Amino acid sequence: MSGNVLVLAEQSDGQVSDATYELLGKGRELATAWGGTLEVATFGPTDVSGQLGIADAVVRVDHPALASYTADAYEQVLLQLLTERAPRLLLLSNDTVGLDLGTALAVSWDASQVAYVMALAVDGDTPVATAQILGGKILAEVEITAPRGICTVIGGSFPLAAGKGDGTPEIVTAAAPGGLDAPRISLRAIVEPDTSDVDITAADLLVSAGRGVGSKDDLEVVQELADALGAPLSASRPVIDAGWMPKTRQVGKSGLKVKPKAYLSFGISGAPEHLEGMRDAELIIACNTDANAPIFDVAHYGTTVDLFDLVPAIVEEIGG
Amino acid sequence: MRIAVILKAVPDLVEEMELTSDGTDLDREYLKFVTNEWDEQALEEALLLKDSDGAEVVAVGMADDPDIEQALYSAVAKGADRAVTIAGATGVDTRSRAAAVAAWLKDNPADLVLSGVQAPDDLDGQLPAALGAALGLPHVSVVVSVALDGAAAIVRQEFSGGRAADLNVTLPAVLGIQVARQAPRYAPVTRVRQVMQSTTIDEASVAVDEAAAGIRVRRMYPPEKTTHAEMIDGSPAEVAARIVELLRSRSLVKG
Ligand SMILES: Cc1cc2nc3c(=O)[nH]c(=O)nc-3n(C[C@H](O)[C@H](O)[C@H](O)COP(=O)(O)OP(=O)(O)OC[C@H]3O[C@@H](n4cnc5c(N)ncnc54)[C@H](O)[C@@H]3O)c2cc1C
Repeated sequence: MSGNVLVLAEQSDGQVSDATYELLGKGRELATAWGGTLEVATFGPTDVSGQLGIADAVVRVDHPALASYTADAYEQVLLQLLTERAPRLLLLSNDTVGLDLGTALAVSWDASQVAYVMALAVDGDTPVATAQILGGKILAEVEITAPRGICTVIGGSFPLAAGKGDGTPEIVTAAAPGGLDAPRISLRAIVEPDTSDVDITAADLLVSAGRGVGSKDDLEVVQELADALGAPLSASRPVIDAGWMPKTRQVGKSGLKVKPKAYLSFGISGAPEHLEGMRDAELIIACNTDANAPIFDVAHYGTTVDLFDLVPAIVEEIGG
Repeated sequence: MRIAVILKAVPDLVEEMELTSDGTDLDREYLKFVTNEWDEQALEEALLLKDSDGAEVVAVGMADDPDIEQALYSAVAKGADRAVTIAGATGVDTRSRAAAVAAWLKDNPADLVLSGVQAPDDLDGQLPAALGAALGLPHVSVVVSVALDGAAAIVRQEFSGGRAADLNVTLPAVLGIQVARQAPRYAPVTRVRQVMQSTTIDEASVAVDEAAAGIRVRRMYPPEKTTHAEMIDGSPAEVAARIVELLRSRSLVKG
């Protein structure tokens, strides 16, 4: 069994993503423990191999169908690389790319996957992953006993500094599989984020509302507090999806990552996808009527007082 | 145009999660189950496509899922044309479910297969990608809108930071839905009751090979509370006073 680890590098505007560095650092650790090599796959026209000095080898594939990401093209290329290079473990970030490719490759490469990984170690030959499931309420420690494994890793799980290095990896240029000439998914347009609203990533203080607020009308209560504090109102994804607030205010994995001096959350459970966007705030104060809500595991201060009692009391306290 | 929507019954996250005595699985006996919220979004997106373009919407569940009939009757009450349960796969794991659904879809092809982007308990990965690979179909996850355009779907796929991509996807295809274009419609209880009287859920059965899982759960446990928040007790006014003091000490409240 090989002890090699393969990481898929994600990039935007020529910059390797933070999530990729996290995977590379962990991949380095595992490959070293197994006496194997760390390889990193990068697709498309932009050469980012200079940023991948931590790896032993950089495998580059280019083809017109790889100019921008599509699940169809990336999957075909990765499957070919996995077959050729036969790593013990493939590491992907549990973002859109990981959600697209992870389980598809588990099926087509006949590997076993652990999703939502937030810790990863080796026990002898066996990778042992800890996954965060059920909205963060349960952790599962899972051995990958199969000879081929795939882990899709939650962003922010591993230090990214460990993924940076100044070595000179071997550069391997691999041919693209023939299937790319007839893509079944093609890009029509990239939709850039809306920047017309306030920038919640620039605020010192954020008041953030979750589904516990209940309705658009009741959001007014929390808005009053935000106004009283002179802070922008941000929110968890369901509040945005329900159309109560614009997308520009969404905190989390598929929204914005914020790092204010203080983050006040009301009626947010603390699902991993939300925590990904705010866990680095300097001070987190959470209000949630469920004492077991995962938000309390990252908050510095918490209260189980009902938000509809607490929020007006805070407004009064500030005014008084 | 036929659209299959795959639904899963998952533990209600509002409840406390009970573990089995050996600590390697959820104790499902005492848990309350609900339809995976992202599957509800997938159903809504399918019904929106039916409204705009005309389509037959088939709601599909696994026969062994707790209370799945209720979810399927509710889907029909909202506008699905028929409902099917698939027997033959007992697991909650994604791989065996994907194998069962893929086997069923081979005999009952759909132009579009929609399911939720993920489920709270899909430890071994997500259904849409598994189905896509098992069926050899193009698949897209984290989808936030779908439109039909002849033999293709125009799909918006979301990335982090508010970025998205509009894609042409050749049909048939599998889509993992993050959110429908509008909030899921509501089916009044009386309507669901009517449907329960008048609708028969088709029962299908498939044979799937018992594939080796390749993963073994050593233990499940609630996150250790070593980093738990300091809880502020007291009346709303007392808690509010403490919170404001915390903010004032960091100069985050004017005055
Ligand atoms: C691919 C993907 C990307 C995602 N990206 C994001 C993202 O960027 N951001 C994000 O937030 N989510 C994201 N999610 C969704 C995430 O999984 C959760 O569904 C979401 O974070 C839950 O939001 P919530 O905490 O507001 O709602 P819930 O989980 O429903 O929590 C509501 C909470 O309110 C509490 N509550 C109820 N009433 C009261 C009251 N009166 N007073 C106080 N507390 C009360 C309840 O106890 C509960 O804990 C993503 C999901 C996927 C699949």
